[in-house]
Amino acid sequence: MTERKGVVIVGEFSDANLAPISSELLAIGRKLADESGQELSAVFIGNEISDQVTNEAIFFGAERVYVIDAPLFKDYLNDSYVGALEQLDKEIMPETLLLGHTSLGRDVAPRLAFRLDTGVTLDCIDLSIDAETKLVEKTKPVYGGNAIAKYICEEGRPQMATVRAKAVSPLGRDASRSGEIVAFDPGLDEVAMRGKVVGRVKEEVAGVKLEDADVVICGGRGLVGPEPFEKLHELAGILNGAVGATRHPCDAGWCPYHYQIGLTGKLISPSLYIGIALSGSSQHQAGMSGSKIIVAINNDPEANIFGIAHYGVVADYQKVLPSFIEKCGELSSKKGPDIGIEIQKEGRSQNE
Amino acid sequence: MINIAVCVKQILDPEIPAKAFKIDPEAKRAIPPKGAELVISDYDESAVEAALKIKDSYETKITVISLGPESAKSTIRRCIAMGADEGILLSDALFDDSDSFATAFVLAEAIKKLGDFDFILCGRQEGDWDAGQVGSGIAELLGIPSVTMIGKIELKNEKAIVERVISDGREIVEIPLPALLTVGSEIGEARYPSLRRIRDASKVEIPTWNAENIAVAKSRNKMLTLFVPTREGRCEFIQGENPEEAGSNLAVKLRQAKLI
Ligand SMILES: Cc1cc2nc3c(=O)[nH]c(=O)nc-3n(C[C@H](O)[C@H](O)[C@H](O)COP(=O)(O)OP(=O)(O)OC[C@H]3O[C@@H](n4cnc5c(N)ncnc54)[C@H](O)[C@@H]3O)c2cc1C
Ligand SMILES: Nc1ncnc2c1ncn2[C@@H]1O[C@H](COP(=O)(O)O)[C@@H](O)[C@H]1O
Repeated sequence: MTERKGVVIVGEFSDANLAPISSELLAIGRKLADESGQELSAVFIGNEISDQVTNEAIFFGAERVYVIDAPLFKDYLNDSYVGALEQLDKEIMPETLLLGHTSLGRDVAPRLAFRLDTGVTLDCIDLSIDAETKLVEKTKPVYGGNAIAKYICEEGRPQMATVRAKAVSPLGRDASRSGEIVAFDPGLDEVAMRGKVVGRVKEEVAGVKLEDADVVICGGRGLVGPEPFEKLHELAGILNGAVGATRHPCDAGWCPYHYQIGLTGKLISPSLYIGIALSGSSQHQAGMSGSKIIVAINNDPEANIFGIAHYGVVADYQKVLPSFIEKCGELSSKKGPDIGIEIQKEGRSQNE
Repeated sequence: MINIAVCVKQILDPEIPAKAFKIDPEAKRAIPPKGAELVISDYDESAVEAALKIKDSYETKITVISLGPESAKSTIRRCIAMGADEGILLSDALFDDSDSFATAFVLAEAIKKLGDFDFILCGRQEGDWDAGQVGSGIAELLGIPSVTMIGKIELKNEKAIVERVISDGREIVEIPLPALLTVGSEIGEARYPSLRRIRDASKVEIPTWNAENIAVAKSRNKMLTLFVPTREGRCEFIQGENPEEAGSNLAVKLRQAKLI
């Protein structure tokens, strides 16, 4: 029996660019590989994967890059992606396999783990090698972020985890690094793949993207309706920021779902976060606690959000916001375009 | 007739404020604060709602399955009050402390025993451990296709057309049945049962299966520690003669700190 060896990360990319999660995975993968004296590889799955993606993976820390490239992988389907990784696992027998906690990773990782008869921990914020057992210790927020748990996988291999975005800083890019690029054909039977992507609705974001914004204005349940979001957009225009929300305004239809920040929404880490009429539940904090400066406006001095805020105003937001916006307008050096409420465009594309 | 199984879990109210949240580090679990409610996990309620949306248009039978203590019967009854047809509880000391692997295993065994389903619906993730893997695990163990994080389900020619919520929009996926879907709150607000239905459901017998009825698997993951992270308070409260002035003082403060 061959021994399992090596750390593998499942990389992601968009067009010719390495996705940020990939360099983050390479950084944590590099740490685990170095601590246990193993090799670090990356694998990319897709159709017509650019050389730039594979090269960048090497510059960010991979020693070897597996490329699984075929028309079958043009659209994401878990049957084909899990199948491909199952075959790669058979071929290279890694000790540890990491994915991003992304749309792809959340879907692939558990199915693959069950197929390989091993355990997986999703949404980890840290991974390290346990000194005693030499196993990968996986740190994950639980109870909506109220507590942190550490897990090891005793039964089953590879050891698997998905890693939360922005939990790790990428290594410095080093273009002098070299590595091996290996094409891998998983030999899947296309006919056996179940399901088909028949369309796509892409959210159109006018102005700054929430995940990339340097300033985020976030509205909560206390806004009681869609109209106040117009005010939030006005402020976002002045501060060149983006507007987000807690889950309730999305559930209630006051704003689109892609505004949601939190455990089951978007993950943000802006320089400035301004939370208005929201309590700061642990599930919401899971998506925004990485913000550098946190500001809260809430009429309840006991609200959780003040526990992590740097600046706070305890008052009815309806009284505070107009003067705050006006003064920001006078003082701000950041003025950006007023982006207004976003509209989702229905663009159905036929993919074969 | 469409046959749907929905997996639901009873959990400690996940929205208790952080200050009231306590853990037992030895037992490695949360200590329910006084008067804390046991509720259906959020997204499991979404999964029940998804099943009911199908039932609104087609002749459908919905079976609710829960693995948990005796108290979980009240969660099952709530689903029946919402419109599900029957429920079953999987309860045994041997199931306690199951990790996601062992939980999915027992649920999959129960589903096999219960018969043929067109859909198996789960929540996208549990509100307590936030594991996010039992649904996919059941699909894998049953060998059926799965789509996760669904916001919409339609039926067409023996297939399901579902909308999968992804980071920058939605993907429309056609999938053959039987299939497992995990559901998010994008499916829409869950319906509220009427008092009459709640009363009727309280009389429904919920059969219980234990480890004599279903096989058990060993957990794969072991929790080493559980702790509550410390957060130091540091908030500077901005004052003013009145809220309006506090608002403009806040802007001045942020400007001084070169944040705006
Ligand atoms: C599994 C799971 C996943 C979840 N995922 C997410 C997620 O990703 N993101 C998320 O946000 N939530 C999520 N939630 C929901 C979360 O638990 C909370 O319910 C939610 O974050 C609360 O939103 P809120 O702060 O806007 O509302 P509330 O908690 O109701 O707070 C409203 C606040 O507004 C204040 N307020 C009211 N009126 C005014 C006024 N006039 N002026 C000033 N202040 C006012 C109140 O004092 C209160 O503090 C999740 C829950 C579960 C169980
Ligand atoms: N004990 C349980 N009983 C019934 N269903 C469960 C149980 N645990 C998990 N599930 C189902 O699996 C989904 C995902 O759970 P998890 O992987 O624990 O986050 C949940 O939303 C439920 O639908």
